[in-house]
Amino acid sequence: MDLDFTAEELAFRDEVRSFFREALPDDLRAKMIERRHLEKDDIVRWQRILNARGWAVPNWPVEYGGQAWSPAQRYIYQEEMALAHAPEGSPFNINMIGPIIARFGTDAQKDRFLARIANLDDWWCQGFSEPGAGSDLAALKTRATRDGDDYVINGQKIWTTQAQHADWMFALVRTDSSGRKQQGITFLLLDMKTPGITVRPIETIDGGHDANEVFFDDVRVPVENRIGEEGRGWDYAKALLGGERSGIARIGLSKERLIQLRALERDLAERGMLTGRERDRLRRKLAEVEVELRALELTQLRVVAADAHGAHAGHAASILKIKGTEIQQRMTELVLELAGPAGLATDAQAQANTAGEGWVEAAAPFYFTMRKVSIFGGANEIQRNIVAKSILGF
Amino acid sequence: MNFEFSEEQQMLADMVDRFVADRYAFETRQKIMAGDGGWSRENWSALAELGLLGLPFAEEDGGFGGGGVETMIIMTALGRGLVIEPYLSTVVMAGAALRNAASQEQRAARIPAIIAGSHIMSLAHQEPAMPRHSFDVATTARRAGEGWRLDGCKISVPHGAGADELIVSAQTEAGMALFLVPTKLSGVDVVRATGYDGTPLATMTLADVALPGDALLGEPGQGEAILARVFEETNAALVAEAVGAMRETFDLTTEYLKTRTQFDVPIGSFQALRHRAVDMLIELELSHSMAILAALSLDLPGDQRRKNISAAKVQVGRSGRMIGQEAVQMHGAIGITSEYKVGHAFKRLTAIDALLGDADHHIDLIADADGLAA
Ligand SMILES: Cc1cc2nc3c(=O)[nH]c(=O)nc-3n(C[C@H](O)[C@H](O)[C@H](O)COP(=O)(O)OP(=O)(O)OC[C@H]3O[C@@H](n4cnc5c(N)ncnc54)[C@H](O)[C@@H]3O)c2cc1C
Repeated sequence: MDLDFTAEELAFRDEVRSFFREALPDDLRAKMIERRHLEKDDIVRWQRILNARGWAVPNWPVEYGGQAWSPAQRYIYQEEMALAHAPEGSPFNINMIGPIIARFGTDAQKDRFLARIANLDDWWCQGFSEPGAGSDLAALKTRATRDGDDYVINGQKIWTTQAQHADWMFALVRTDSSGRKQQGITFLLLDMKTPGITVRPIETIDGGHDANEVFFDDVRVPVENRIGEEGRGWDYAKALLGGERSGIARIGLSKERLIQLRALERDLAERGMLTGRERDRLRRKLAEVEVELRALELTQLRVVAADAHGAHAGHAASILKIKGTEIQQRMTELVLELAGPAGLATDAQAQANTAGEGWVEAAAPFYFTMRKVSIFGGANEIQRNIVAKSILGF
Repeated sequence: MNFEFSEEQQMLADMVDRFVADRYAFETRQKIMAGDGGWSRENWSALAELGLLGLPFAEEDGGFGGGGVETMIIMTALGRGLVIEPYLSTVVMAGAALRNAASQEQRAARIPAIIAGSHIMSLAHQEPAMPRHSFDVATTARRAGEGWRLDGCKISVPHGAGADELIVSAQTEAGMALFLVPTKLSGVDVVRATGYDGTPLATMTLADVALPGDALLGEPGQGEAILARVFEETNAALVAEAVGAMRETFDLTTEYLKTRTQFDVPIGSFQALRHRAVDMLIELELSHSMAILAALSLDLPGDQRRKNISAAKVQVGRSGRMIGQEAVQMHGAIGITSEYKVGHAFKRLTAIDALLGDADHHIDLIADADGLAA
């Protein structure tokens, strides 16, 4: 037993680290450090830098631009990315639709889409959730009716992240309601410029506009844009949601935040803005979360090592997701507590108040928005259901 | 990065698991606890025959040269069985003091006998009026010719009553020091008490006890440094023991959720309980990871070693309390009876947190050091 990376892994880490240090544009790094909102163009720019290096889509099959990395290398890559303050890129492109097309798409679909997905030439959004279909995704009702070489779609999606930027949507639609609800679901690729699509923004509690409702009114989608077989969309969706295990707990992100929290705490204390008692309390809270984070990191590494051996602890991903999101959320509480009353104002005036300390006015929106991480990607209650079934057998 | 046991380590794990499975059924444990002395000399001999008592000692002292991982393997298995024989007291704790501070002569006079199972030792440090988790002992050691005279009182000495010899912390003119004190010496009074977790304890009084010069372990003034190291090794072992006890508790609880029926269904079909069982598993896995960290930290430089072991003790303190309480709650009334294993595991987990610095104590150490990073 040992906890050390091999010499090759360390060399890989150095390579990744120096690449991130040199390649990440300064303005992007600054935005990330202060948790400011990234524009579409920011993410596209970074994705293309990664793509030029061959690292845009490391988890894809090698023949479509992926890297034959070990689980440990993937882990290192993710961690270094977070520690370097680099944006993660579009999960919809990289982790979801790319791998699905690579695995289930036709040759024509692969030729048409994969390279553009990797380079973020096309921005994708995910049209799964509906007003009546959240955790119970298979309850979705948006209908697709066959008409010649087209499907005609009517219905509504909701919570569609960044639909306002999207060129394409991958969506689950109902082509048959006669059987079990998991049957009769079909997986389609929709050009967002198709007539009949309306995108309406939803403002979230952080003040952001990343969520949308998307309405379909007789939207025509060519049958050639169907993934796999009609009625088997549920299988493809499950493969997609099973997704990536190595980075699910976002350890690197939380580590980076902990480093930042400690620096902020020190800085505030040096400037006389924390009483001794406040400082003690904060340091204890930071120690508590750091212990849990270290324990989770080692647990993640145990899973990474087991993966490398081909052992597959079925519920490990759920455990990592639950605890990882809880820790991420805990970090945002601590930033909020550090910001104190100065963090109340979050508009333009706030920047004047805090003399350019971006983190102060970003603290509250960050806290509010991060409540999402235990809701999406399979709510934590759903993850607990999965683990419970696995340990109890019913 | 490698989380697999070596072949030898796997054999060791199989061997201790078998020992616990064969000899330590819960009913047997209850009989042993109620019997003379509160632990079984027969089991102790069996552990000696298996070579387990010699594991962490150097080969030159007659041992097998095992390290942190080997001790973790043994302690996890002993924790699962809630084994009450003095492995922690004699082999881990007193053993660490001997390994780290004893002279060649002192080791030769004791370690072979420990390995053979014929010499029981423990550490007597805690005192009635002492701030908890400190080195501030009131027991004194005065020079008397070539030797020493000791006066004081020690409490909660694990396995103190059955021990042949205790390592006693005392103040000398040159600072704190450790002394090897045979329990049969005149002036030594050892009164047995029983810990709530079943561990036999002792209160020890020393009234003008005369010791020869070679009873001193290390040098006067080195006591703190030696004890600090002993506590680190012991805490790493305790953390592993706790993981064993937690896993047993978790397994018993999930088994109960499957088999106990109320309202005509297994209680494990109630989501309120299902989700809490999952949270227990999460705590268990986090603790397991930290026990590995502690075991692998024993050879690291001081600062990093201390912090890692403190972090492990924090995790296990928090998780042990949660798992113990939840297991009792999910068993209903049977959980609070003495006839059922879960309550005993809960008690041992509670005791482990109280020993050698509880979770809050170790959090303070980490906070004062500005975190775990080197
Ligand atoms: C920021 C954000 C971005 C999102 N982006 C997208 C996107 O781009 N595309 C997309 O398709 N979707 C997106 N979603 C939707 C997301 O997938 C859903 O929110 C999620 O599946 C939960 O569904 P729901 O919100 O309808 O909650 P519900 O399913 O109604 O759940 C409400 C509460 O009940 C609990 N609950 C539900 N079922 C059970 C059960 N069986 N046992 C115990 N508890 C249960 C849930 O855990 C939750 O706490 C996004 C969501 C958020 C917050």
